[in-house]
Order: sequence, then C-alpha cells, then structure tokens
Amino acid sequence: MAAPKEVLLNPLFDNNPIALQVLGICSALAVTISMSTTLVMCAAVIFVICMSNMAVSVLRTRIPNNIRIIVQMTIIASLVIVVDQFLRAFAYDISRALSVFVGLIITNCIIMGRAEAFAMQNGPGLSFLDGLGNGLGYSVILILVALFREPLGSGTIMGFELFRTVNDGGWFVPNGMMLLAPSAFFIIGFLIWAIRARKPEQVEEAEYQIAPNVQYREAM
Amino acid sequence: MVEEYIGLFIRAVFIENLALAFFLGMCTFIAVSKKIETALGLGIAVVVVLGLATPVNNLIFNHLLREGAWAWAGFPDMDLSFLGLLSYIGVIAALVQILEMFLDRFVPVLYNALGVFLPLITVNCAILGGSLFMVERDYTFGESVVFGLGAGVGWALAIVALAGIREKLKYSDIPEGLRGLGITFIAVGLISLGFMSFGGIDI
Repeated sequence: MAAPKEVLLNPLFDNNPIALQVLGICSALAVTISMSTTLVMCAAVIFVICMSNMAVSVLRTRIPNNIRIIVQMTIIASLVIVVDQFLRAFAYDISRALSVFVGLIITNCIIMGRAEAFAMQNGPGLSFLDGLGNGLGYSVILILVALFREPLGSGTIMGFELFRTVNDGGWFVPNGMMLLAPSAFFIIGFLIWAIRARKPEQVEEAEYQIAPNVQYREAM
Repeated sequence: MVEEYIGLFIRAVFIENLALAFFLGMCTFIAVSKKIETALGLGIAVVVVLGLATPVNNLIFNHLLREGAWAWAGFPDMDLSFLGLLSYIGVIAALVQILEMFLDRFVPVLYNALGVFLPLITVNCAILGGSLFMVERDYTFGESVVFGLGAGVGWALAIVALAGIREKLKYSDIPEGLRGLGITFIAVGLISLGFMSFGGIDI
C-alpha cells in the first residue's frame, strides 16, 4: 500500500498527468490565455477529481463491474454540473470566458483515469489524496503555461499591468501568437523537455538508432 | 441556404478546427497518431459519431431541455438545461454502444476496422465539445448536421496529417528530452500555426 505522502506528491513532477501520462490536455490548453481563468479551471478540476475519486472509492465494492464506466461517468457529470451552475451563479464573466470548457471537464481523461486506476482499488482517504495530487500536478503545468502566455501575450498578469504595451504608450510590443492556439503547444513541448532534462529516466527510447557519423568531413 | 451550409462546413473543417484551434480530443489525438492507418480508422469513427451525436443532441436540447420545451405538456416555465451535460454524455455513450452493436451485426468489415476505436470515442472531448458548441451557438437542426460532419472531417484531417509527420519524425535525430512526446507537441503547434492561415478567409 502506497504511503499517503507519496500518493500526494508523486503526481506533481515524477508522474505528472500531463507531461508524462498525456492525460487531460484536451480542456487544459484553451483556458491558459489568462491567469484568472486558469486558476478557476484548476480549482474546478481539483474539486471534481477529489470528490469523484472519493465517491467512486466509497462505492467501489457496490458498483457492478460491467457498468462501472457509466456509473463513474454519471458521478463525474453530476459533479461538473454542480461546478458549472456554481460558476454561472457566482462568477458569470469567468464562466462566459471558459465557455464550453467547464463542461468538458467530464471528458477530462485525468478524472476518468484516476477513478478507474486508483479509486476502484483504494480506500476513500487515499483516493482523496490521489485526486488532490493529480489535480495539483495538472494545475502546476497549467499555471506554468499561463505564466508565459499572459505576460508575453498581453503584458498583464491576473489583469494587472506588468509591462506597459505600445498601444498604451509603453515600450512592450505584445507577442500576438501567445494568445493563439499554437503557442500553448510549443510551451508544453518545451516544458516536457525541461522536465525530462532534469529527470532523464522519463526520456523515451528512440525507435531507430542513428548510425554514428564515420566520415571525416561533412557530406559535400 | 445551400451556400450558408457550405460556408459552415468549410469553417468547421478549417478555421474552427476542433483539434487545432480548440484543443479538443487531444488525448487520443496524441496517443493514436503513430501510424497513418490507425489514425485514419479513428478519424473515420470520429466523423461518424460526431455526425450522429451532434444532431441527436440538438433534438434533445430543443425538444426536451430548452426553457419552454415542455409548454405543450402544461409546463411553460420548466427549464431543464442544467441537465444538459448529463444527457449529452449519456447520448454519446449510448450512441457509441448502439453503433458498435449495429456494425458488429450488419457491417462486420467496418466493425473489424474500427472495433478498437469505438469505445475510446466516448471519452473523446471532441464529441462532447461538438455538442456543447452546437448548444452555445444555437444551431438549427440542419446546421447541426453540417457542423457535426464538418467538425468530424476537420478532426480526422488533423490526426492524419499529424500521423504522417510522426511517421517521418521517428527517423530523425531529436534531442533526448524532446524525443517522443515533446517533439509531437511542437509538431502539433506547427500544424496549428498552418491552419491559422485559413483564419482570414471570410465565408
């Protein structure tokens, strides 16, 4: 049985759900344009993953094996509806900005994956911690991405002015690409590179070895 | 009318590509794009499911969930739209299951080709995303058919393109930490940058 501390801290960097397991990128990248939507999204995902892990874990001996996916899906969908309605009531602007991505937490593979892989085998307490750990691992990557995209793209952070942009009479020329989809892919690619440079055991095996260059000079 | 539908289709395929502009279905997009053949199989499955699920969810939203949809039964104020998420995902899961059984019984060739991918599709965010966009933009039934098909074709196009690039990439000499996942993300970014150039087209 894994120790609670490992369960909580492992997903942060050693076994990060986004960078290593490639889960949950779907709804993640589009919200990182600004820091405030990112934080709301992270909070929503952490809430849903903790609660769904706990609920699935409590019910794990009662769920018939054949219909477990539907049961998990229903639990997750109900939790997401709660989050969605809550945001609409108390943070309408952010709910507008997140548009369909709150609903897409349902199909966030991290949540289904953890319910299936961890909560079905472990007790409620540990499952809660596992959910918290994975939710935080997801948040770390999202916040890092937003930390690049918002200041470089619009010169602000959380809506506060960091660099004065040229349009407002300052010196900073905003990089428009940072507000578009491709930049998020580049940043995540480089983040994965950085994590793997620190932790070489995560590097993937090459499918083909490149033969060493045996010629003395470059090919002419 | 027809021109409007063609415009919507082209917009859904290129400009508002679900995978490259909205990051939907990324998990399967990255995981199942190592070979062109499997990517093509998954792409076709997504076109079929998206083309069916979006119109069905459109009917459900307009006739069961929308505010005032139950007026004929004497409940003019009933607003069930908060049940939306639960019903869309239920419809998608059921639809995938029915499609799987139908193909198994009547079109075994296609079933064998798509078999592995069909269950994967239930948790593909592109499908749910298609339905949610349809509701948010208030498409009519006809528009939702066109949008569903167009979005599916766009997604399939993107995954086949990525698989083609990855098949060549595995022969190249890539820095160690970037190998595999890292370079795939950067390649997706570059494709996405290419698709952005459709953005200026006004239809």
